[in-house]
Amino acid sequence: MASEVTPNKRSDANDVSRSSRTSAFLRRNALQLGILTVFLLLWLFFIIAAPNTFLAPEIYASFMATVPFFGIVALPLTMVVIAGDIDLSFPSIMAVGTVTFIGVYDATQNVWIAFAACLLAGFLVGLINGLLVVRIGIPSLIATIGTQFFWRGVVLVVREGRSAVLVEPKNSLLGQILVGKLFDYIPMQMVWFVLIAILVWYILNRHRFGAHVYLIGDNEQSARLMGVQVERTRILLFAFVGLAAAFAGIIASLHVVNFFTTLGEGHLLTTLASIFLGGTSVFGGVGTIIGTFIATFIIGSINAGIVAIGLTGFWTQLIYGLIITVSVAMHTLLRKRLG
Amino acid sequence: MQSKLELRNISKSFGEVQSLRNVNFRVIPGEVVGLLGDNGAGKSTLIKIITGYHQPDTGEIYFDEQKVDHLTVPKARALGVETVYQERALADLQTLWRNIFIGRELTTRLGFLDIKRMRTETEHLMKESMGFTSHAVTPDSIIGTFSGGEKQGVAIVRALHFQAEIIILDEPTMGLALSETNKLLDFVRQVKAAGKSVIFIDHNIFHVYEVADRIVILDRGRVAGEFMRKDISLELLVEKMRRVAKTGSLD
Ligand SMILES: Nc1ncnc2c1ncn2[C@@H]1O[C@H](COP(=O)(O)OP(=O)(O)OP(=O)(O)O)[C@@H](O)[C@H]1O
Ligand SMILES: [Mg+2]
Repeated sequence: MASEVTPNKRSDANDVSRSSRTSAFLRRNALQLGILTVFLLLWLFFIIAAPNTFLAPEIYASFMATVPFFGIVALPLTMVVIAGDIDLSFPSIMAVGTVTFIGVYDATQNVWIAFAACLLAGFLVGLINGLLVVRIGIPSLIATIGTQFFWRGVVLVVREGRSAVLVEPKNSLLGQILVGKLFDYIPMQMVWFVLIAILVWYILNRHRFGAHVYLIGDNEQSARLMGVQVERTRILLFAFVGLAAAFAGIIASLHVVNFFTTLGEGHLLTTLASIFLGGTSVFGGVGTIIGTFIATFIIGSINAGIVAIGLTGFWTQLIYGLIITVSVAMHTLLRKRLG
Repeated sequence: MQSKLELRNISKSFGEVQSLRNVNFRVIPGEVVGLLGDNGAGKSTLIKIITGYHQPDTGEIYFDEQKVDHLTVPKARALGVETVYQERALADLQTLWRNIFIGRELTTRLGFLDIKRMRTETEHLMKESMGFTSHAVTPDSIIGTFSGGEKQGVAIVRALHFQAEIIILDEPTMGLALSETNKLLDFVRQVKAAGKSVIFIDHNIFHVYEVADRIVILDRGRVAGEFMRKDISLELLVEKMRRVAKTGSLD
């Protein structure tokens, strides 16, 4: 699929006919069309292989309920990767956010204040990541492995390993807005996922901030020489991931009406797999929100699909790992070919 | 005459390497200053201080006789400095229009991109001045596929597009064909005629001699000397350059 990643070669000379415009469109959007094709083929395959599961509406309700848990983080994290960085600490930030929520809720009995504190905590923890990476200059991979363990440790110490039940917040208006059901079918987290995807798409494609994200990942030196505020942009990107992680964390916790200190741990693999499958380059400068968005549903359906066609769940991890490795390898080869 | 730009006592080190030592440098309006010197003499470092990319360790910078503290790239741009960097400063995986507008995207007040206008202006620039003979280039072309000379053309046109008071050209003829080089030299004369200033760096001493009013020679981070072009013959200039390279002194 990634063989279409080649940047659009210059369209053929002097004829601006409709067909050449169409082909220019195809070339420009090859990546997104490629991932869409993979998505449709896989879907078709699952429908044929397990019609009972994949023709029933329940499975789609289930996808819409669970994919946002990691999809919401994958969106801003896609921007981080486009800018040439990575953040592996978001699973712990998911837990930090919910721990903050619980603490503030216990103190104030007000879900709104607790929710605001939860988001603020995520934003600040993300900001710290950004400062470590940008101001101190630690490679983001290493810095966020470090902070991942650190914040998980904080969560364990603060909670003394205890989980928590979130019945009251779940039944509150906030709970309904975050994880209730629209028309008794569509989970609200899906609505949030779509809204955030649109927002992030706008920032990345239609705002100066997003233009700078691409430039920084493509050639940081050029961006600096031309006056792009590289440091501020990179720091903010980490803060956005923190914010999104806290949001995803509280949603995931409210959905299951429980907080566990392991919150987020299962999402590292799915989130990264979505981003790389979606066509974002580990080397930066290339990537799309639409690609990531579609890929989250591919990733989200693989687990259900594997079980439905009769394989054991053990296969899931193998396939995620394969997806990450193959997509990254494709990008590496392509980059070599481009010189 | 009032100076457009003045550097006083500028020094700059990178770790152990002292790239500039007590450099004084001045440009007046309507003047083309040629900057010559060996590899590593400090030419690019000097111009990166003027563009706000590097902060000098010591020394002062004046624009229009006004001292400017903590010069940054956006500040320098606002003061009318436009630059073709030696390293081109392009983003290979991005489209032509994004490259033209790096760091000063046309936006609404809230920062949303005016893509349509950036595309049209890029299209216009391509037709007017970029000298792309192949019709295959569009504003949406990814510039990584351009030839070296075409990329240099993008970097040059980008600097010319924005109204500048001082245009800095660091090895602008690198990779350019003869006809494009002549176009560039003509352009430098036009800029001068319009009363703007140019700082022109080139290893081709003939190019520099052709357009410069004044020639400054840098050697190992120091200003080794300067000449008015009208006071020195090309032969003598070549001879002096040779002597500087060998002995570190002009005479
Ligand atoms: N960012 C940097 N970090 C460390 N050293 C640097 C840096 N920039 C320049 N230098 C050093 O400063 C000295 C002057 O470099 P500079 O690029 O200004 O030379 P130049 O005159 O432009 O040479 P050339 O003609 O080869 O372009 C060199 O010794 C170079 O190694
Ligand atoms: Mg140089």
